[in-house]
Amino acid sequence: MTTETLPKQENAESSLGVHVKGYLERIKGGELGALPAVFGLVILCVVFSVLRPAFLSAVNFANLFTQGAAVAVIAMGLIFVLLLGEIDLSAGFASGVCAAVLAVLLTLQGWPWYLAVLAAMVTGAVIGLVLGSLVAKLGIPSFVVTLAAFLAFQGVVLLLVKDGTNISIRDETILAIANKNVPPAAGWAALAVGVIAYAAIQLVQARRRAARGLVATPIAVIAARVVTLAVVAGFAVYVLNVERSRNAALVSLKGVPIVVPLIVILLIVWTFVLRRTAYGRHIYAVGGNAEAARRAGINVDRIRISAFVICSFMASLGGIIAASRANSVDPNTGGSNVLLFAVGAAVIGGTSLFGGKGRALDALLGGAVVAVIENGMGLMGYSAGVKFVVTGSVLLLAAGVDALSRKRAAATGRR
Amino acid sequence: MSQGPILELRGINKSFGPVQVLHDVAFSAYPGEVTALVGDNGAGKSTLVKCIGGIHPIDSGEYFFDGERVHVSGPRDAAALGVEIVYQDLALCDNLDIVQNMFLGRERRSGLVLDEDTMEEMAAKTLAGLSVRTVKSLRQHVSSLSGGQRQTVAIAKAVLWNSKVVILDEPTAALGVAQTAQVLELVRRLADKGLAVVLISHNMNDVFAVSDRIAALYLGRMAAQVKASEVTHAQIVELITSGRSGELGLKNGNGAAS
Repeated sequence: MTTETLPKQENAESSLGVHVKGYLERIKGGELGALPAVFGLVILCVVFSVLRPAFLSAVNFANLFTQGAAVAVIAMGLIFVLLLGEIDLSAGFASGVCAAVLAVLLTLQGWPWYLAVLAAMVTGAVIGLVLGSLVAKLGIPSFVVTLAAFLAFQGVVLLLVKDGTNISIRDETILAIANKNVPPAAGWAALAVGVIAYAAIQLVQARRRAARGLVATPIAVIAARVVTLAVVAGFAVYVLNVERSRNAALVSLKGVPIVVPLIVILLIVWTFVLRRTAYGRHIYAVGGNAEAARRAGINVDRIRISAFVICSFMASLGGIIAASRANSVDPNTGGSNVLLFAVGAAVIGGTSLFGGKGRALDALLGGAVVAVIENGMGLMGYSAGVKFVVTGSVLLLAAGVDALSRKRAAATGRR
Repeated sequence: MSQGPILELRGINKSFGPVQVLHDVAFSAYPGEVTALVGDNGAGKSTLVKCIGGIHPIDSGEYFFDGERVHVSGPRDAAALGVEIVYQDLALCDNLDIVQNMFLGRERRSGLVLDEDTMEEMAAKTLAGLSVRTVKSLRQHVSSLSGGQRQTVAIAKAVLWNSKVVILDEPTAALGVAQTAQVLELVRRLADKGLAVVLISHNMNDVFAVSDRIAALYLGRMAAQVKASEVTHAQIVELITSGRSGELGLKNGNGAAS
């Protein structure tokens, strides 16, 4: 242990070395972060593209995004509940209920799309409020509350869509979310703005910290981050801007699906909330040590309830995206595998089931893994049965990695 | 005694259901002094501390701070007065770093955003002011710290807020010899900086090593509050175990009346 209270600004090289060394130490200590998800994603992509070249086509690449969108959005909300060490098993059917509300109001009642969307989002928030209050105020374990809600919401969806029929959605705006694309030029422009803004924020932050004599992120690390973002996002935008239509003369199909910028905005908002606001800090605190949070004067009940509200609210957005993609809502919307995929996405991405650890980005990384598995195995012609078994195994694997890295962290004093 | 007490309690009663834990307890803490609060298990030390900290509301009694009567109905009230408690279990979040823990619940922000830089600077200054030199980085997670370092962080967290009274609940209970010495040194330094320090301890050596006054609780009653220089080791042990020692202590040994 070195004896240094006020860490002084070191020269760029040694500070870069310290940064890299710290990162490696954290990994050895069991803080794997996004590594397993990125690693798994690369392996899966290589395997599928070798076995089925169609996996690499631009059409399929775009499919991946629209397929995985709903699950990733629901997972992003679930992360708030998981951060507290709680679980929401009803998120899937909550999204179904919200989608059904949307469809009923839109198609059967003839409401304008914005009011119907608003109603669906309010439904989600109210569901979260009820679930969260039951957990926080009555003290019923979240597992039981949301299991009961899981069953009940399944029934609510059935009641709303009148016993097994399906309600089709014809509203252009709602359908556009998962089925229409951003013009290619706008995609490039958004990418440029995003990368430049990210670089600027990182640089300004580092400059400010250095000016105050605090340890700043080395320029080389910032450069690496910005380049990684630019390359990955740039590649995605490039492929999505390739003409995907079989008959381009008849109908042109190119550009980033509208749902992608939507998800990116959600990612930025929730990342900001979790990392830069006192509220986000308090969520981590309650997940890490609820008693310590309570003694620090944090209203633990309110944090719990709000996490469930965010979770169900995000589920409602997921439901809207799912309804848009399917062009309709049926009793199975948000059902079957949606919840498991969402929990799986969060855990595979690196969010801990034990609470206190997780990021909004985890939902996207894990969501990508889940989407690739489902998509790739579909291309290989496997049945739904096999897909379920494989996805279940991957979820178990991710939870196993989580538990093991936690054990390792405890052993090395980094619990 | 050059100054009056900064914190003074009179006639505090506290019951949990049918069980009365504190009977008519009086207690004071003086600035610049370490007051040891001793007593056997179940004597009511922790309950008294939680009453001071606003975790438990008192049933009856008077709470004076800096000579003025105040009402403390929650941890925030106590914190607003300048009373900070370092609990035995430290109440740190393992998944947060040192700075985040020190500012937990009282984050500095500029607008909506957390002001991490100012918080880090203030934390560094506080630790430097306490002559703490054992922490590698302020941004390391608390989970990676040793027991003594955690205790240090918890104490620094209490001092950060220009607090006037710092209450330490068994700060050395889980520490080795060297770390105990470090923490006791820190305790003494706090008092020398003008804070009123209340030290709860079972260890008589620790108590006599740093404290100016000793308050002994016996079965929920304050047996005696005396200057450490005026009593012996054995007298304090007697006060703890039987509530009286010669002229000192409760008139009736079983605590029926004081």
